[in-house]
Amino acid sequence: MDARVTLTVDGSRRELTVDTRTTLLDLLRDRLGAMAPKKGCDHGQCGACTVLIDGRRATTCLAFAVAHDGATVTTAQGLSNGAELHPVQQDFLDHDAFQCGYCTPGQICSAVGMIEEARAGHPSHVTRDLTGPVVLDDEEIRERMSGNLCRCGAYVNIVAAIRDVILKETPP
Amino acid sequence: MRPFKYVRATDPANAVALVANRPGAAFLAGGTNLVDHMKLGIAEPDLLVDVSRLPLDRIEQSPAGGVRIGAAVRNSDLAADPMIRTRYPALSQALLAGASGQLRTLATTAGNLMQRTRCPYFQDLTTPCNKRTPGAGCSAIGGHNRDHAILGCSAECIATHPSDMAVALAALEASVVVLGPEGERRVPLADFYRLPGDTPHLDTNLGRGELILAVEMPPLAFAERSAYRKVRDRASFAFALVSVAAALDVRDGAVADVRVALGGVAHTPWRALRAEAMLRGGPATPDAFRAAADAELAAAQPLPGNAFKVPLARNTIVNVLTALARETA
Ligand SMILES: Cc1cc2nc3c(=O)[nH]c(=O)nc-3n(C[C@H](O)[C@H](O)[C@H](O)COP(=O)(O)OP(=O)(O)OC[C@H]3O[C@@H](n4cnc5c(N)ncnc54)[C@H](O)[C@@H]3O)c2cc1C
Ligand code: SF4
Ligand code: FES
Ligand code: FES
Repeated sequence: MDARVTLTVDGSRRELTVDTRTTLLDLLRDRLGAMAPKKGCDHGQCGACTVLIDGRRATTCLAFAVAHDGATVTTAQGLSNGAELHPVQQDFLDHDAFQCGYCTPGQICSAVGMIEEARAGHPSHVTRDLTGPVVLDDEEIRERMSGNLCRCGAYVNIVAAIRDVILKETPP
Repeated sequence: MRPFKYVRATDPANAVALVANRPGAAFLAGGTNLVDHMKLGIAEPDLLVDVSRLPLDRIEQSPAGGVRIGAAVRNSDLAADPMIRTRYPALSQALLAGASGQLRTLATTAGNLMQRTRCPYFQDLTTPCNKRTPGAGCSAIGGHNRDHAILGCSAECIATHPSDMAVALAALEASVVVLGPEGERRVPLADFYRLPGDTPHLDTNLGRGELILAVEMPPLAFAERSAYRKVRDRASFAFALVSVAAALDVRDGAVADVRVALGGVAHTPWRALRAEAMLRGGPATPDAFRAAADAELAAAQPLPGNAFKVPLARNTIVNVLTALARETA
């Protein structure tokens, strides 16, 4: 069954008719040509399809596009303004935080979202004091990024890249 | 996937009417469980009624002095809520131990309660499963049952309930506020879920078309000293083998009051009433905690694949209560 959907994707407004069964991930990739989000597992288990929906990180493979009618979606591609890379993107490059690159757009969107969550004071599973300030040390970074799998095992450098982003934001 | 029609509910009554009157209809919230099941062919609704945008997204003080959590509150927002973090830390911890950051921004309170078992046979259409097809048989009982239940099992089904949040809610004695075709009712969490018995296809006591509006937390002063511990195969992003939610009130070295619930061990979040009764009034010592845990687990019916859960559950109970007792001392 068809439905009309309007979305703002990486800054441009897109209006189209979709089958209600279309996931947000398939709509982005197959209908809008936004190829940054990747299909890894299609079941919420790998994080490769992560984007920012209305500014918050979210998987797109378990979301029907119709259910997100009206949303603003930012993919890893939309993070850069064209001329300059987003700091998280730049740090992934500088730290060799990928090998094949398949998980990378999801990792980058997830990192942007999680840094925002930490800035808002949200605790994580490894935060000892639930009401205290959040300090993004390596243990926190690993926990908060655990929804993004990397089959190449680039984890060590992914953590280093994110650590560096945080360090540049808040010099010790 | 079967074609379906999608509508956004305009208000709760409208959502109830749409689903109550149509056997193929289902509520849709964050979609992180239902969409998965539609892809797998376990669920085949022909109408999805989206309730995620209903004005059920508030966390507020309840008139009784507790907290009322809207059905559409996102798991990430609930975990981060300052009131929940201070007054019901076990609930924050349980949510933060579940799924991943990018799933929790989609997942809702009601969807989390209603998520279905992760039993691999249930999720695999090619294997017999009484929960999917009543009467078909249970593949887990004679098969791989490492993840399965040790308490409250039946000969028909040994599935566990996968929610972390629900275990904390069970310990903290939450109630579920429900709207149905006949009006509103409150269901204590203890009566919300069902043991499998000979009706394993039913997870809860919700009727057709009944919509969860909210979860209500009663005021429980000592819940400020509550905790959730989850034991799993990897450090993060995995379902529980065993989990424990507990709240403990120690006065002069004795247990004034206590709440304990277990996850990963039964078809429901398992409130350890027996252990609680044994502990009340007694010493707050690891020995007492161990004896109470053993009493609770005396009824366990382990299978070869999951017998490890009995000592694991006992040790986790002792561990959580000992840590809470130390905090109070
Ligand atoms: C990879 C992965 C890992 C996960 N790990 C964990 C974990 O470790 N711990 C854990 O606890 N959970 C885990 N989850 C499950 C996750 O918590 C649930 O999928 C989520 O909470 C469901 O919420 P939702 O809003 O997306 O529900 P939906 O998928 O939208 O709905 C789920 C069910 O709830 C019903 N429903 C929704 N709203 C209402 C309402 N208001 N009234 C009545 N019925 C309603 C729907 O009809 C449907 O049957 C995991 C999920 C995935 C995909
Ligand atoms: S344990 Fe329950 S859900 Fe799993 S196969 Fe048996 S009947 Fe199905
Ligand atoms: S493709 Fe969405 S989480 Fe794997
Ligand atoms: S870089 Fe290859 S999967 Fe992560």
